[in-house]
Amino acid sequence: MYEGPVQDLIEELGRLPGVGPKSAQRIAFHLLGSDPADVARLQDALQRVKDGVVFCDVCGNVSEQERCRICRDARRDPASVCVVEEPKDVLAIERTREFKGRYHVLGGALDPLSGIGPDQLRIRELLTRIGEQEVTEVIIATDPNTEGEATATYLVRMLRDFPGLTVTRLASGLPMGGDLEFADELTLGRAFSGRRTV
Amino acid sequence: MYVRHLQVSDFRSWEHADLELTPGATVLIGQNGQGKTNLVEAIGYVATLSSHRVATDAPLVRIGAERAIVRTAVVHEGRELTVELEITPGKANRARVNRGAVARPRDVLGILRTVLFAPEDLALVRGDPGERRRFLDDLLVLRAPRFAGVRSDYERVLRQRNALLKTAGAARRAGSKGDIGTLEVWNGHLAKHGAQLLAARLDLVTALAPLVRAAYAGVAPESRPVDIAYRSSVDGLPADRPSDVDSVEAALLASLTEVRDAELERGVSLVGPHRDELELTLGESPAKGYASHGECWSFALSLRLGSYELLRADGGEPVLVLDDVFAELDRRRRSRLAEVAAAAEQVLVTAAVAEDVPEELTATRYTVSDGEVSRAE
Ligand SMILES: Nc1ncnc2c1ncn2[C@@H]1O[C@H](COP(=O)(O)OP(=O)(O)OP(=O)(O)O)[C@@H](O)[C@H]1O
Ligand SMILES: [Mg+2]
Ligand SMILES: [Zn+2]
Repeated sequence: MYEGPVQDLIEELGRLPGVGPKSAQRIAFHLLGSDPADVARLQDALQRVKDGVVFCDVCGNVSEQERCRICRDARRDPASVCVVEEPKDVLAIERTREFKGRYHVLGGALDPLSGIGPDQLRIRELLTRIGEQEVTEVIIATDPNTEGEATATYLVRMLRDFPGLTVTRLASGLPMGGDLEFADELTLGRAFSGRRTV
Repeated sequence: MYVRHLQVSDFRSWEHADLELTPGATVLIGQNGQGKTNLVEAIGYVATLSSHRVATDAPLVRIGAERAIVRTAVVHEGRELTVELEITPGKANRARVNRGAVARPRDVLGILRTVLFAPEDLALVRGDPGERRRFLDDLLVLRAPRFAGVRSDYERVLRQRNALLKTAGAARRAGSKGDIGTLEVWNGHLAKHGAQLLAARLDLVTALAPLVRAAYAGVAPESRPVDIAYRSSVDGLPADRPSDVDSVEAALLASLTEVRDAELERGVSLVGPHRDELELTLGESPAKGYASHGECWSFALSLRLGSYELLRADGGEPVLVLDDVFAELDRRRRSRLAEVAAAAEQVLVTAAVAEDVPEELTATRYTVSDGEVSRAE
């Protein structure tokens, strides 16, 4: 235990996803030794993200309004929902131009080592959304790694009982162990068009 | 296959070393601590991406340096490939093949195959079951590099599942549900990856056992016979087709259901390939705890020679590396080992004293001393 503000900072940082006690301590001491200008920039960025960016009420993507651009776009098919881990995955899939439906951003993947279970993800919101809207296809596009695959399996189980719902998973061919965002457009596009029912 | 060229920078004690190699036998002679093992360790690292001496990369980098570089040129069936590894502890290592970067270091596995026998191998017989599991998995990866992925996927799922068992177990004791609803998901993934690993190990041991028995009978003909057998923590493996992946997966899944309460109690995964054992027996008794020092040595050597024969039978003769082993063996065992080694496409031998190395292996001799490798007459 450190005294006062340093300990407070370590505890705050330790609450962030993926930051364990050791990293929290490392970051805290790094900040302690940083230039005041660097710290001010970080402070400013944090403030602005809280003031200016909100999460879309419907899909959980970052947005400047209550509803994001994609959820507002009437040309996007509301019956088809692509489930991803992070907002950056939405960008990656948008780049392929393969997908004309809407998204649902989970905010991560099942990751017991980091204390992330279903309740820390926007899974309940997804189920509500499917129950209330005319969704006919859910495409699971979690990362092709251990945590993403486990999340996909969990979602398949949860979605099994919705009548008339087709659940698909991106076709393999994505580099295993990787992040969706690092797959090149061509590979990702192919995985998308070759998706299969699970 | 053979290593035609080895170059290291800031690897272990070597600021720089450059060594042209040829097929056949090469002997590195030098006093204790001159860096002989360091050189063959570098070669082993290119083949397995791990050291036979240490579990982490940090000791491989010369004290005071930031990263180590190992470069090898490997000739296989007339084709030469260069593999370059940059080892930076605390960061991801980088690899290049023929000067082109590869996505992950794992992609170089399979280019160079080595079987390395060293004093540390005594732990194969006397050490924990983990040593023998690692022996099997390393050999699996040498035979089929894709098992590097299977192994790391399994380890990742295992760590995740253990974390879940800990928190879900604690939640259960506190009277709440926690995330136990996801346990079945992790069970499914553990069983899927675990079954691939387990089935492959079963196949491997079936193929390896006769070769190990024969190797031991060869190096220690006067001794009682040895045997190896795989003992799994998983119940109900299909007796007729033990290595059928689907059946193994079903058996593993069933075992997981059975131990569920105990696992939640203890917060660890209790069945799966990570709890299995490669049993070594000498005559009627387990080798560990019963075999003499010399018998343990011969057993460890036979595990390596058996591996060597297996890889050879697969095609693509591996490079044989014998680190400091002749001094430990009696005359008969020495000459028996020399016989096998002399027939190898390439064998690299280290010894402190030239006299320890049998005649038939002294073709090309280098002296290692004061940070220099020089050709000896
Ligand atoms: N990371 C490192 N940086 C600098 N020196 C190192 C490093 N790691 C090991 N050494 C040195 O390398 C030497 C050991 O080299 P090595 O194990 O190759 O010896 P050897 O020639 O095989 O000796 P022996 O005959 O005793 O087996 C030791 O002196 C050790 O201090
Ligand atoms: Mg040595
Ligand atoms: Zn939205």
